[in-house]
Amino acid sequence: MDTKKYPVVWLQGAGCTGCSISILNAVSPRIQNLLLDEVVPGQQLNLLFHATIMAGQGEPVIKVLKDTEKDRKGGYILVVEGAIPTADGGIYGSIGEKDGKHLTITESVQELGRNALLTIAIGTCATFGGIPAAKPNPTGCKGVKEIFEENKIATTVVNLPGCPLHPDWFTGTVSVILFSGAEALDLDDLARPTLFYGKLIHENCPRRADFDKGKFAQKLGQPGCLYQLGCKGHYTYADCPLRLWNNGVSWCVKAGSPCLGCVEPGFPDDTSPMYEKVTFEELIWSQK
Amino acid sequence: MVTKIKIDPITRIEGHMAIEAVIDNGVVKDAKSAGTLFRGFEIILQGRDPRDANRLTQRICGVCPTAHATASALCLDDVFGLNGKIPDNGKLIRCLILGSNFLQSHILHFYHLAALDYVDAASTVGDLEPFVPRYEGDYRVSEKANAELVDHYLRALDIRRKCHQMLSIFGGKMPHNVGIVPGGVTEKPTEDKITNFLWRLNEIRDFVDNVYIPDVIAVAKTYSDYFEIGKGCQRLLAYGGFDLPTGELFKTGIISPDLQLEPFAKENITEDVKHSWYADSGSGKNPAQGETKPDTKKKQAYSFLKSPRYSGLVCELGPLARMVSNYVQGDTKAKGLVDSLLSQVGADVNALFSVLGRHGARALEAKLVADAMVDWLTSLKPNEPTIVDSDIPDTGEGAGLTEAPRGAVGHWITIKDKKIDRYQVITPTAWNASPRDDKGRPGAVEQAIIGTKVKDKENPFELVRIVRAFDPCLACSVHLIDFRGNQLGIFKIV
Repeated sequence: MDTKKYPVVWLQGAGCTGCSISILNAVSPRIQNLLLDEVVPGQQLNLLFHATIMAGQGEPVIKVLKDTEKDRKGGYILVVEGAIPTADGGIYGSIGEKDGKHLTITESVQELGRNALLTIAIGTCATFGGIPAAKPNPTGCKGVKEIFEENKIATTVVNLPGCPLHPDWFTGTVSVILFSGAEALDLDDLARPTLFYGKLIHENCPRRADFDKGKFAQKLGQPGCLYQLGCKGHYTYADCPLRLWNNGVSWCVKAGSPCLGCVEPGFPDDTSPMYEKVTFEELIWSQK
Repeated sequence: MVTKIKIDPITRIEGHMAIEAVIDNGVVKDAKSAGTLFRGFEIILQGRDPRDANRLTQRICGVCPTAHATASALCLDDVFGLNGKIPDNGKLIRCLILGSNFLQSHILHFYHLAALDYVDAASTVGDLEPFVPRYEGDYRVSEKANAELVDHYLRALDIRRKCHQMLSIFGGKMPHNVGIVPGGVTEKPTEDKITNFLWRLNEIRDFVDNVYIPDVIAVAKTYSDYFEIGKGCQRLLAYGGFDLPTGELFKTGIISPDLQLEPFAKENITEDVKHSWYADSGSGKNPAQGETKPDTKKKQAYSFLKSPRYSGLVCELGPLARMVSNYVQGDTKAKGLVDSLLSQVGADVNALFSVLGRHGARALEAKLVADAMVDWLTSLKPNEPTIVDSDIPDTGEGAGLTEAPRGAVGHWITIKDKKIDRYQVITPTAWNASPRDDKGRPGAVEQAIIGTKVKDKENPFELVRIVRAFDPCLACSVHLIDFRGNQLGIFKIV
């Protein structure tokens, strides 16, 4: 049986490449498997464009973008990493040159998004704007879903936030798509798969017993619940405490750091000051 | 005949970059290097809790976040009055976290960013994207050696991943560690973590010694003309870095083209903006006083990067600068490594100023750091403190200078009313990939390109090999601190 190939175009907007680097840290499958092998039996990704990895440069790789959009209409997956700068016509971010003009990120995301089978926004910048969109948002950065809605682009967007995102959240989402189809993804109201973003950090935190007993760390480096030091685990939805990071080595709270709430739409403005407490009462009040 | 080559995007680097070269009779007469993404990090930092700079500035770059974590922690230590108070455990763990990412970054750079300019991957894996399209022609490695290098490309993916796993033992997660904070680190060294770290490190050291360095030497022997290509400005700058209880691993210094050591003082750093989209009134200022006002009407401007200079001089930063700085300052380990490499490839010390010299210095530096990390690790004292407590002052100024994988990095802060009033970052790529300064002198990458013979204008391997040898990081390098809503206009490099 022939292998079914899903062409993938990976665009990088206003970001730091950290989400790509995080996905290089994937373990099962490894990045080698994602690039070269059938990720699930009979089905494989085909990474046509990724500026950090691809061999080519300059004009020929810009042509790859245009050819994909034209020749594989409705058949490719668009991955977007980084926010979309929209101020002043999008001039703050360009991914290359086309016909002597800058090909802006916002233009590319819209063109490629319109004809994609599916769009996966990875990291908090691409999903919700993230740090580039933090006050005063100097370059008018937005997340992909907002750009699509404004421009009446109907392509489904799957949001995989995180600063960076965990590699398993990407490979796991790809697995659902390849095994069962994108429609099988159970998405919450922020378009995040509940498979990974369904539960509060606080529910599964190993320091939860300390919270329940009222044993709170007062300074960084002390044992106890990190709530008083600004932990955002009580309103952050992700499976970090169960999944752990870097192949199960650690995660923020295990290393003595409060959860920064980096997967949430309010990151970083609503989750800062990062080392200042946000009480449950304040949260309930703000939700009224 | 005069022609213009424009490569936009330059891929296999961090971030968004373009290069333009004017070629006359097969030789580059003029070159321009430009950054094509602007985020405005320093504007975003204004008014925030100073401690948050330590978390936010890491997000400048996902390839080298630990360098920004380190620089911002040093900067905050300085302004919080913590200099001399960081516990030894805190200093050592900071260095172990930073060192782990040096190894990750250097291995990633050689195999996954640079190697495809020398290694014919498609001949091994087939005409499969993303290994095609590409420049065609000048792949010189023998079939057997080529297959081995492709195999090492894949193995190196595992090794660089393990560098991050090792890092997260103390850093919590990676990219964007949470361990490094002002005052020290949050995680505790325990015997089991130390041993766990050590055996990951041993596997990585084995790879550096027996795969990475031999591969760089093999590529150097096959492409030996690249010891003559990409000479550059030949003035090197290292701030010094890896702040250990016993002193710094990398020695501070300016190295002149005749390899003489000159003293360094951070007050002599200035940033010119004549060829950047910023008002000339902010030109030539030290980052502690730096003011930047956008002005896109300037016809001569072509980059979002400014032009950092030292006492007005163009400098190159990075592993080459650090290895040579340690070499001329009598570091026997660095000298031994460099001399051994040069004798193996039959080159003299002046050949270091080249494409291959930069790759060689980077590989040797990986060994220097990896070997030193064993000593740092075994100097940790379980059950002793890793952090001191601190308060945010009402007002103050601070600076944190250290070394990133790509070269020296500095952070500067001014605090007013316990909030960030001004935050300024100067990265190594801002120096290396800078546009012309106020006196019209091209930046380090531009100088390295100018004068290069280009054999095939359709496949200008020489240009991308020169640029990538610097390991540019563009996300790091585009900054703006005083944005008042002015339009930046259309950004063009032509």
